Amino acid sequence: MSRLMFYIIVGFLLVAGIATSVHRHVQFEIPWLPGEQRQVWEIEAGITFNAQGGPVQVDLALPSHQAGYRVLTENTASSGFGLAYQADELGRTAQWTIREAAGSQTLYYSVQMLVSQDARSPIQTPPEMSPATPWESPYDTAASQLIEQAWARSANNATFARELIQDVNGERQGENARLLLSQENPAALVVRLLNQAGVSAREVSGLLLEDGRRRQTLSSWIQVFDETGEEWSIFHPLTGAQGKPDNLLLWETGGRAVLEVQGGTNSRVTFSMMTHDQPASAAVRNHYSEDTLLNFSIHSLPLEEQALFQTILLIPIGALMVVFLRVLVGVKTSGTFMPVLIALAFIQTTLPTGLIGFLLIVAVGLVIRNYLSYLNLLLVARVSAVIITVIAIISIFTVLAYRMGLSAGLTITFFPMIILAWTIERMSILWEEEGPKQVLIQGGGSLITAILAYLAMNNPWVRHITFNFLGVQLILMALILLLGNYTGYRLLELRRFKPITDDEKPS
Amino acid sequence: MSWFNNWTWPTRLRDKGIIGMNRRNIRYIGRYNKRRLYPLVDDKLKTKLLAQQYGITTPELIGTVTTQFGVKHIGAMLTGHAGFVIKPAKGSGGKGILVIEKVEDNAFIKPSGVKLTLTDVERHVSNILSGLYSLGGSPDVAVIETLINFDESLMDYTYEGVPDIRVIVFKGYPVMAMMRLSTAASDGKANLHQGAVGVGLNIATGAALRAVQFDRPCFSHPDTGHDLASLVVPQWETLLNLAAGCYEMTGLGYLGTDMVLDRQHGPMLLELNARPGLAIQMTNGEGLRRRLDLIERQPDGVPAKERVAFAQHHFARQSELVESPDTSSASA
Repeated sequence: MSRLMFYIIVGFLLVAGIATSVHRHVQFEIPWLPGEQRQVWEIEAGITFNAQGGPVQVDLALPSHQAGYRVLTENTASSGFGLAYQADELGRTAQWTIREAAGSQTLYYSVQMLVSQDARSPIQTPPEMSPATPWESPYDTAASQLIEQAWARSANNATFARELIQDVNGERQGENARLLLSQENPAALVVRLLNQAGVSAREVSGLLLEDGRRRQTLSSWIQVFDETGEEWSIFHPLTGAQGKPDNLLLWETGGRAVLEVQGGTNSRVTFSMMTHDQPASAAVRNHYSEDTLLNFSIHSLPLEEQALFQTILLIPIGALMVVFLRVLVGVKTSGTFMPVLIALAFIQTTLPTGLIGFLLIVAVGLVIRNYLSYLNLLLVARVSAVIITVIAIISIFTVLAYRMGLSAGLTITFFPMIILAWTIERMSILWEEEGPKQVLIQGGGSLITAILAYLAMNNPWVRHITFNFLGVQLILMALILLLGNYTGYRLLELRRFKPITDDEKPS
Repeated sequence: MSWFNNWTWPTRLRDKGIIGMNRRNIRYIGRYNKRRLYPLVDDKLKTKLLAQQYGITTPELIGTVTTQFGVKHIGAMLTGHAGFVIKPAKGSGGKGILVIEKVEDNAFIKPSGVKLTLTDVERHVSNILSGLYSLGGSPDVAVIETLINFDESLMDYTYEGVPDIRVIVFKGYPVMAMMRLSTAASDGKANLHQGAVGVGLNIATGAALRAVQFDRPCFSHPDTGHDLASLVVPQWETLLNLAAGCYEMTGLGYLGTDMVLDRQHGPMLLELNARPGLAIQMTNGEGLRRRLDLIERQPDGVPAKERVAFAQHHFARQSELVESPDTSSASA
């Protein structure tokens, strides 16, 4: 019964760990591998206008998550202006306000967009049809003729839109179209005709992303709601080509004005952009995301605490390594988790320096401890003396290394001194009681365990996984619980008990 | 290739019924030894007092030293005793045990012939009290008991130290036994990994089955040269009953009992171990698994005498030492 409970707990931990990890991978697109580079676009919108000396309100439409792109971070630069982000079903806007402003004003908004294949636009609902404004005579006949011709040549909303666009712009442009174009610009005309025919359509503003371009403006695109696919498809307003170019970033999709300025004149917005690749982990860190419980992540902490956690979250990996080596292999170590702490020090010092430093400190410490044993001290006093000795050794080596120009020697201070003191104490007792051979076996075992733990903990993939997927901790927990239940032979026991199996052969 | 020859397959160990560390810890110690009972065996003084209650023979207690102040009175306590042993109550693995064979002109003589002064003895006791030999370095008590005059029939099989007999008692049944003979290599100590000879004993008769030193088979004592095939432990049944009785005394299901044979008092309990090692399988050339499985199927509440008879009946074996000619020991 208790066995069953145990496996249920282990199973639960495994499922929960894997599920949260997969959730983070899917939802936040954190890659499984650390090396993946993600393309990030930095786009800056500059708004310029002449303030008229009174209160000013500036509304700028902002881009949202959409197919192919994901908003990472956004910033504004606008001294003296009040700023508020607003979001409704039509999209997001930034609103700058000021009580009094005069003369030429410049406001900046910059956004980092992550290029991502998996990004999806938010839920797409068919828009409510706005009542079509009726045409005056003689435009109404021209409009209805255009609609009738295109309707006859099309099969569905998409083809209808394409035909209409070609009738308005292309070589087929007829008198009707030319007449209507005197009233509206091409994109607006097409949208108006589509709406008149009962097809949901809207004019949207998009930005064609090209690396290093400055002073770009938004271009108009036509979105038509596809009644079968239940999603918006996009059309080039001049050619009628269907489909969104990869480098098109939709800036405003609500059918509203991109920029509205009250209390100012001559307003315009221009865009400059550049792209760069950055490691996925950095992209993840900048991830713009809402605060939900499932989004619980260390990345919401300040950078300094994050760096701390990066190390803390590695300790279970070291612990797993120790459990593995002791339970499955049977390595003897001096002090159960001392190797993990040594491995943590190795991470700071790098392996060769750490190894040399560790061996130097322990060797010198053992010699001095050997003298201390003649003094016949009480245990606590003796270990305290060893601690001071270790500190002295570390100081001397650091100064020596510095004098000799070995800057690597300075990292020796990362060793946990009290742990080292206990290691020296334990090894010294072992030496007296069991002889130097046991010291070599246990010391070597500790060192091998520390090196393996270091290699595991310093692996970039392991660091990436433990830091970005907290669910992995649950998986580690489950693995350790399972290992704690292992009743089979240890690897070294296959050697230890070998002589027994030998006798079997002759008989 | 020769390196590979030092290893075996897990399946072969399983066929032999060998128990590994992990299985011992989880399946036997974890399941049958309740944590709260550990202090009974980890503290030798408690074991001793408990054994007296249950009528289990132990070496006679001369006295205990519990405070540093008491160390000064040790001289008075020791007068009149020819030989004695000072040990830490919570020591492990034979650490901190001081054996004084005889006292001559205020000089305390160890079995090796080294002479100690009273000050040396006092310092040793002081070290014990400060926890130098105890588990985790916690403060300890020094236990002083009379020296065991071990049985003369075993004299030829040992070098310097007292040979002791380890019996694994599982749920009160003696399942496997071995004798540990100290050698020059083990420095007079009966620790197998230090080079003492381990002799597997037939549970039925107490006769030697097989002997190993450093895990490799041997046929005679390396120092005295005495043939080990002739080794038979006297008063074997008494010893088994004593060992089996330790189950009722401690309540520990998986127990290692260390016994000695005294010239006058016969088998005596030296100490108990709640985490007995696995080397006994090497000395017996057999795994514990089958025996433990058999015992697990037996009902509870069987009297000690019947348990011993059951074990003697079911675990009887032929000696390998008698059968095998000396030529096969070439590798030793």
